[in-house]
Amino acid sequence: MPIFYGTEVTSRLMLGTAQYPSPKALAEAFRRSGAGIATVSLRREAGGEGGAGEAFWQMIRDLGIPVLPNTAGCHSVREAVTTAHMARELFGTDWIKLEVIGHADTLQPDPFGLLEAARILSGDGFKVFPYTTEDGVLGGRLLEAGCEVLMPWGAPIGTGLGLNNIYGLRSLRAQFPDVPMVIDAGLGLPSQAAMAMELGFDAVLLNTAVAKAGDPAAMAEGFARALEAGRLAYEADPMEPRDMAAPSTPVLGLAVLE
Amino acid sequence: MKIHVNGTAQEVRATTLVAALVELGYGEARVATALNEAFVPATARAAQGLEPGDRLEILAPRQGG
Repeated sequence: MPIFYGTEVTSRLMLGTAQYPSPKALAEAFRRSGAGIATVSLRREAGGEGGAGEAFWQMIRDLGIPVLPNTAGCHSVREAVTTAHMARELFGTDWIKLEVIGHADTLQPDPFGLLEAARILSGDGFKVFPYTTEDGVLGGRLLEAGCEVLMPWGAPIGTGLGLNNIYGLRSLRAQFPDVPMVIDAGLGLPSQAAMAMELGFDAVLLNTAVAKAGDPAAMAEGFARALEAGRLAYEADPMEPRDMAAPSTPVLGLAVLE
Repeated sequence: MKIHVNGTAQEVRATTLVAALVELGYGEARVATALNEAFVPATARAAQGLEPGDRLEILAPRQGG
């Protein structure tokens, strides 16, 4: 299983906690999928003591798996860094899924802000999981900044489009073969997660595809099985595709019947 | 004095952050705080004074992807 900053996780599925139809549906999706990490966030608390935050936190603790807080919604380095510090205190972990968004419609990472924030947070002792693009130069700079994990997007957050740039992802994987890599965002179907595994990625992080499915628990399990299948295929050293047909049944010994 | 709590103007009597949290009902709540866009650790709240017009953010765990 993948090792992130020295911690081996129990599954290649990292699952978000937002948008489920109910807390029960969320818990069931985690149970059936065996997801290894739960992503969480932080927002304004209106309820004071006993507010929604406390109830949510209790439910997440009951899952019994590591949490990965995010800086979702942050568009500036300052916002992201401050949010990360607040998350570290709130969740008691130095893991942070670093999002610095550069464009409101595509939710594309801002590569310049991301790199700057990653450098600051790594210096502050955080273990940064950067939500990035498939850009290999940026990936290299993030590693130099202290990141030990890269999380390239498959497609824009919430789209379900899958792996939009296979070449770019394959190239990134090949450039840094020993760096744990997670496809983060854009997946809609288990087959896309299987493909991510077949390309050699170590894990996937998704939320909407499960939470917005008609049956979130079944979809979560579907993703978990697809990840297993894809990883098995990757480890099995797949055949090379070719353009021309090649008969699998021996030609030698074929009867002459005309 | 009037300060802004999570974007809403509110009157508080407290002059420190820790006292303001109690006054606003967050005494024992699991929250993280930022004052004027700067993180204030829980251990620093008692020493953190408040000024009129300060912008206080009080955040709690929430669902995220």
